[in-house]
Amino acid sequence: MIHASLTELRAALDAKKISSVELATLFLDRIEQHNPALNAFITVDRDGALAAARAADARIAAGNAGPLTGIPLAHKDVFCTEGVLTTCGSKMLSNFVSPYDAHVVSLLKAAGAVNLGKTNMDEFAMGSSNENSHYGPVRNPWDTTRIPGGSSGGSAAAVAARLAPIATGTDTGGSVRQPAGHTGITGIKPTYGVVSRYGMIAYASSLDQGGAFGASAADCAQLLSAMAGFDERDSTSLERPAEDYARELAAPASDQPLAGLRIGLPREFFAEGMAEDVRAAVEAALEQYRKLGATTVDVSLPNAKLAIPAYYVIAPAEASSNLSRFDGVRYGHRAAEYRDLAEMYAKSRAEGFGAEVKRRILVGTYVLSHGYYDAYYLQAQKLRRLIAQDFQAAFAQCDVIAGPTSPTTAWAIGEKTDDPVQMYLSDIYTIAVNLAGLPGLSHPCGFGGGNLPVGLQLIGDYFAEARLLATAHQYQQATDWHLRRPG
Amino acid sequence: MSRSDWEVVIGLEVHAQLNTASKIFSGASTAFGAAPNVQACAVDIALPGVLPVLNRGAVERAIRFGLAIGAEVAPKSVFARKNYFYPDLPKGYQISQFELPVVQGGEITIRVGEGDKAYEKTVHLTRAHLEEDAGKSLHEDFHGMSGIDLNRAGTPLLEIVSEPDMRSSAEAVAYARTLHALVRWIDICDGNMQEGSFRCDANVSVRRPGGPLGTRREIKNLNSFRFLQQAIDYEVQWQIDTLEDGGRIQQATVLFDPDSGETRMMRSKEDAHDYRYFPDPDLLPLVISPEWKARVHSEMPELPGAMKARFMEQWGLSAYDATTLTASKEVASFYQAAVEAAGVALAKPCANWVMGDLAARLNKAELDVAASPVSPVQLAGLVARIADGTISNNIGKKVFDALWNREGNSADAVIEAQGLRQTNDAGAIEAMIDEVLAANQKSVEEFRAGKEKAFNALVGQVMKASKGKANPAQVNELLKRKLEA
Repeated sequence: MIHASLTELRAALDAKKISSVELATLFLDRIEQHNPALNAFITVDRDGALAAARAADARIAAGNAGPLTGIPLAHKDVFCTEGVLTTCGSKMLSNFVSPYDAHVVSLLKAAGAVNLGKTNMDEFAMGSSNENSHYGPVRNPWDTTRIPGGSSGGSAAAVAARLAPIATGTDTGGSVRQPAGHTGITGIKPTYGVVSRYGMIAYASSLDQGGAFGASAADCAQLLSAMAGFDERDSTSLERPAEDYARELAAPASDQPLAGLRIGLPREFFAEGMAEDVRAAVEAALEQYRKLGATTVDVSLPNAKLAIPAYYVIAPAEASSNLSRFDGVRYGHRAAEYRDLAEMYAKSRAEGFGAEVKRRILVGTYVLSHGYYDAYYLQAQKLRRLIAQDFQAAFAQCDVIAGPTSPTTAWAIGEKTDDPVQMYLSDIYTIAVNLAGLPGLSHPCGFGGGNLPVGLQLIGDYFAEARLLATAHQYQQATDWHLRRPG
Repeated sequence: MSRSDWEVVIGLEVHAQLNTASKIFSGASTAFGAAPNVQACAVDIALPGVLPVLNRGAVERAIRFGLAIGAEVAPKSVFARKNYFYPDLPKGYQISQFELPVVQGGEITIRVGEGDKAYEKTVHLTRAHLEEDAGKSLHEDFHGMSGIDLNRAGTPLLEIVSEPDMRSSAEAVAYARTLHALVRWIDICDGNMQEGSFRCDANVSVRRPGGPLGTRREIKNLNSFRFLQQAIDYEVQWQIDTLEDGGRIQQATVLFDPDSGETRMMRSKEDAHDYRYFPDPDLLPLVISPEWKARVHSEMPELPGAMKARFMEQWGLSAYDATTLTASKEVASFYQAAVEAAGVALAKPCANWVMGDLAARLNKAELDVAASPVSPVQLAGLVARIADGTISNNIGKKVFDALWNREGNSADAVIEAQGLRQTNDAGAIEAMIDEVLAANQKSVEEFRAGKEKAFNALVGQVMKASKGKANPAQVNELLKRKLEA
């Protein structure tokens, strides 16, 4: 059951081969056993999970089960969960028990999914290694001396180590795809606006998007179908009919199920900067895609190289404003002693935020300040439009875009912590996708040096989630990388 | 040098609280006076993860205002974040509009002064934009700490910014009053100044006539027309004195202290915040379609300017009467209802009654016209009976009193019940005149000696004898004839 797919778990639950309570207990026990080594969870909600599992069992018995009823999952600690500690990986919220559920959380609750707990993450989703958590770094299940990627590193590590079959995440510059790649699992970030941001603690509002982790594209498709949908409480939520993202998974019986699919390979993604072991795995995956009937075409994203500078203006700008509410006045951390209001703010925030969060608040405050706004923020917005236009031009020539998820495999904990720019550059392939608001997926495509997973990123045009998932699914029908588990 | 050597330049920023039931970005109630923080929901408190959703009703009110002042209602406007820290600003930023406001331009005609010195002036508006209000910080009763009440946080405001078109405190007050009447007229704001529903900030500077604009100081948060006038007058004199003493005006924000009648500096330009405005990524640009605008337009009431013109052109009122009667929606609708009942031919006497006796009585009783014990139809009945000679104007006042005191349902009922019908019977009047002349020989002699006043005294005696019911014109004529006979 630990390694079962969602389809298998559903069948077992419906056939009463296992109860939801038994299944939840199985995973809770695994968390208890393995979390000390991985630090993937900040909060484990055993009581809440078992109560939800009992309710799910009743629902299954009554014949009212939906696809996720009784299925255990974990939520990234960026999602507000009613009555459960919601820290966002920060000391600032280390005492914050949310009085309400995020939209995503309530949808999954309503679907009958069983929340096991809240996963570790880079503080306020700012980071690529999960080393920026107040609760300590998450360790990569494939090599616990290495980072799992970030910012949704806890969710990725939990799914990779089978502490939960599926997990939610958020992706602002690659925070679902990059840790999925580094931990050998599948992760999808849908089109901006597909998943409601209500109750998802904001980092950079125009880029943040909820996403799904699973062992396979098929599992991600089921989770995403339950998470997505219009929410009137989020003005940027897209008013579109609900979708079944698994609808295209069944392909015609053929040894070339991807015949006709044009995969665009951005020249810029295959230039220098990519590690050789990553390149080898990615090239092999592309060869596999061609075997499945797809053709590959060269495309160009000439402005993609500007994505990181544009991102590191826009995201900190929005973050500097989004994080202003953490002032110690109404909730969250407040300094124990202060002489006046200014000192209360300064000390509460100085104590409550970690170094990377402070760095981004400072950068964001600077780029929005009088006299610099035009040069930085407006300029970055122009680049953002150019990057989005590049993708549209590319999609005139291809159906999906493929490339590496990250330039290297997972690095050692502590390796890049003193060099933020090197850390930022690790998101070079993922960030442009957020700036354009496009859907992106990472699936495992082999291993590099040190038996570390390599991820392949697929990027689709707006609302092409079902196609991305189907494409990855066909690849996973022909390969078994997604079935490999850390030792 | 005297004050007349200086020209005063004033622009106003008015925060009108929009009368929506719920807040501009959340579903919490906007009702005034609730216990602290009971009307602050998750969005108003700015819990982690919450998001704003724009209240359509607030936008409709902004559209109404834009249409009412002949402004451009922007097809696309943008909400921006104004970033600053304050404990009663839960998000650490206020959602407002900056570069692209919803209402752009427009103008308002004001009437300044009274009598012969009255004049009309057009004040141009720069813009009006939607924004949310902050909460309140309470600095008393907390033993060295401050209390925060977030009930007001997120209340919708329309910030209405004028051009620096006003040249005196009187013009500023006339503009503020006209604007106040307008927002109530089009029913977007309750105008309650005590509760802070209509707050004025005045930007004041002085300059040599024809010279470049002087440096302005902004007087914040004036919540009555009287304070507005006092604050501007004080500030103008202070600026003139400062300049004439060789000083310079520094750009600053000042507060008016109603107790001392003085303005004092709150912060200088150097202390001004850098608000780091940027478009709010949580809200899409506000798009107002031509259809939406057209629908709001079709639901607009007749505006005071149009009504005033109609009263003048169609009903023959003077500019003064028409302005007075359209100064508030309540007065205008009362007057309009009275004329509809009395007939257009009686528009002028109806105007006199509404602006005269009715206004005086309401004022004395501290009642709004909407609460008048005398209804428009009752007043129309009274005016009609005076016009058709059933009663005199003086008896009319008596009937009005009776109606006010609810002694009858209509003028006719009062006249009947109290026997107030005017006597037009020449024989009866002559008989009364004879009695009065017989009893007042002294006055008769005085009149004959050339004392005109004595005539009036005799008329008064006859009217008194008739208990006011004799037709005064007839009394005059008959008395004159008798005395000259």
